[in-house]
Amino acid sequence: MKTLAMISGVAAAVALLAGCAGGPSRSDAEYRQLALDTIKRDFQAKGQAKYDRLTADEVQQACNAHANNPPADLVLKLTGAQFAGIKLPADNSYLGDWKEGEKIAQSGRGFTWSDKATDPAGGNCYNCHQIGPQESSFGTLGPSLLGYGKTRGNSPEMQKYTYSKIYNSKAFNLCSEMPRFGHAGALNETQIKHLVALLLDPASPVNK
Amino acid sequence: MKSHVALMAALSVALVGPAAAQTKDANAEFEKFRAEMEESSPAELFEARGEELWKAKRGPNKVSLAESCDLGQGLGNVEGAYVRTPRYFADADAVMDIERRLVWCMVEKQGFKFEDIAKKPFQGANDNNAPDITNLVTYVASGSRNMKFDMPLHDAKVRDAFETGKAMAAYRAGPYDFSCNTCHGTDGKRIRMQNLPNLATSEGAIRGVQGWPGYRMTGGVMLTSQWRMNDCFRQQRFPEPKYASQAVTNLIAYMTGNANGQLYKGPGIKR
Ligand code: HEC
Ligand code: HEC
Repeated sequence: MKTLAMISGVAAAVALLAGCAGGPSRSDAEYRQLALDTIKRDFQAKGQAKYDRLTADEVQQACNAHANNPPADLVLKLTGAQFAGIKLPADNSYLGDWKEGEKIAQSGRGFTWSDKATDPAGGNCYNCHQIGPQESSFGTLGPSLLGYGKTRGNSPEMQKYTYSKIYNSKAFNLCSEMPRFGHAGALNETQIKHLVALLLDPASPVNK
Repeated sequence: MKSHVALMAALSVALVGPAAAQTKDANAEFEKFRAEMEESSPAELFEARGEELWKAKRGPNKVSLAESCDLGQGLGNVEGAYVRTPRYFADADAVMDIERRLVWCMVEKQGFKFEDIAKKPFQGANDNNAPDITNLVTYVASGSRNMKFDMPLHDAKVRDAFETGKAMAAYRAGPYDFSCNTCHGTDGKRIRMQNLPNLATSEGAIRGVQGWPGYRMTGGVMLTSQWRMNDCFRQQRFPEPKYASQAVTNLIAYMTGNANGQLYKGPGIKR
């Protein structure tokens, strides 16, 4: 009885505090819905960035609804579906030309409303990763990939994994901050092979 | 003043050269330069133009904003208005940031057409002059120089804008699955050599709102927080937020609320 009174007392105090301090008056889920309604109302298509980009797909929805940490069963189901959608090269070869890979990794072009839809997209890789030793202007949103092939090896499994990771990062880490380059149609098979070579080819500066 | 602008132009060429040239040295150089420039800020030119616009009788209704526009601090008063917005305006029944409020006054009081203002709200790299609205925002912002951010977060409607902005910043969509938080949700991250403030923290949020409106050395243009939001949505690969919309106000409310209590130094200089 006493504890109950205490608990309701605390609850009242908390409610009062929230009221006085002007705390949030709705739940996180309600604010998420409000955010979505606002976005749908207040955005317009521009250039190649069409309105339908605002609609989250099932992976984005799961990450949005669970602060990038969905329950394990949902993660299992969705990573499985993403993995199943990866198209591996028919010729079963993964290593392209690392020099071409470097150019793709450097380019940040693609998909913004100011990019021409007909121009090929770049990989944006240096925006987020350290990669080649000669490039000092690199981002840090992703881990350093300098020496990637040297430490991880150049086995067929590594080649397949690296290709797949670039094709669809979410097949391995559902709420990864890395785009799904193959899945999104940003990079094609040849381009991804060049990037795999940049990361794994023993001749690539990344592994010197 | 003039020589400063020339110097800035020279330095901006140096800074926006090949990506590889944007080294840590360039960052340090810019910071040193920005500190030196702070006293005779090129933003002053835009403030002066904005003050003239604020006081002039304009628009189909031939009234001045000074005699007709309430920015939340009483009719015609610009002092402290910038650091105390976004706030709720009963006459518009909306929470508004300063740029949105100024547009509202231009439309409702002076009789300008919203579509005309929204057609080209930001200065482009090839434009000699900043739009009137940018000059006005810069003038109003100068009236809060060296005051602390004090957005009325205790007001339930402002709180709703803040919380909705917070949820918007976490919303992932588009071809790259990006949200604001992809780039601005963790401490100490960079895109290439550009440092990314973590907008969820008070140290990051103040970096996000400090120096805006700002004279941007890339292109030599004067730009507002509304522009910054617009360009980040471009980088996010989203469609465009409508000009002066609630969506943009919500994000500005989220950042300003997190920056509350910290000193605003007035219109500044940006890379
Ligand atoms: C927006 C930032 C971002 C971009 C752009 C990006 N990545 Fe990533 N990347 C990450 C993050 C974050 C991780 C770590 C989390 C994870 O594994 O999903 C990662 C992980 C990786 C990994 C796995 C590393 C390991 O140890 O297994 C590889 C390989 C990789 N990225 C390659 C690339 C390539 C190649 C590109 C360009 C096509 C690229 N990334 C573009 C953010 C990014
Ligand atoms: C793909 C990465 C990316 C995304 C997504 C992104 N931004 Fe940015 N943001 C940047 C970069 C790069 C800068 C420029 C930093 C600089 O100039 O040093 C920046 C700058 C800013 C600034 C100004 C910081 C300053 O120092 O003045 C603010 C505020 C900001 N972003 C807010 C946002 C908001 C809000 C969103 C979501 C609508 C967002 N950003 C989405 C990359 C991003």
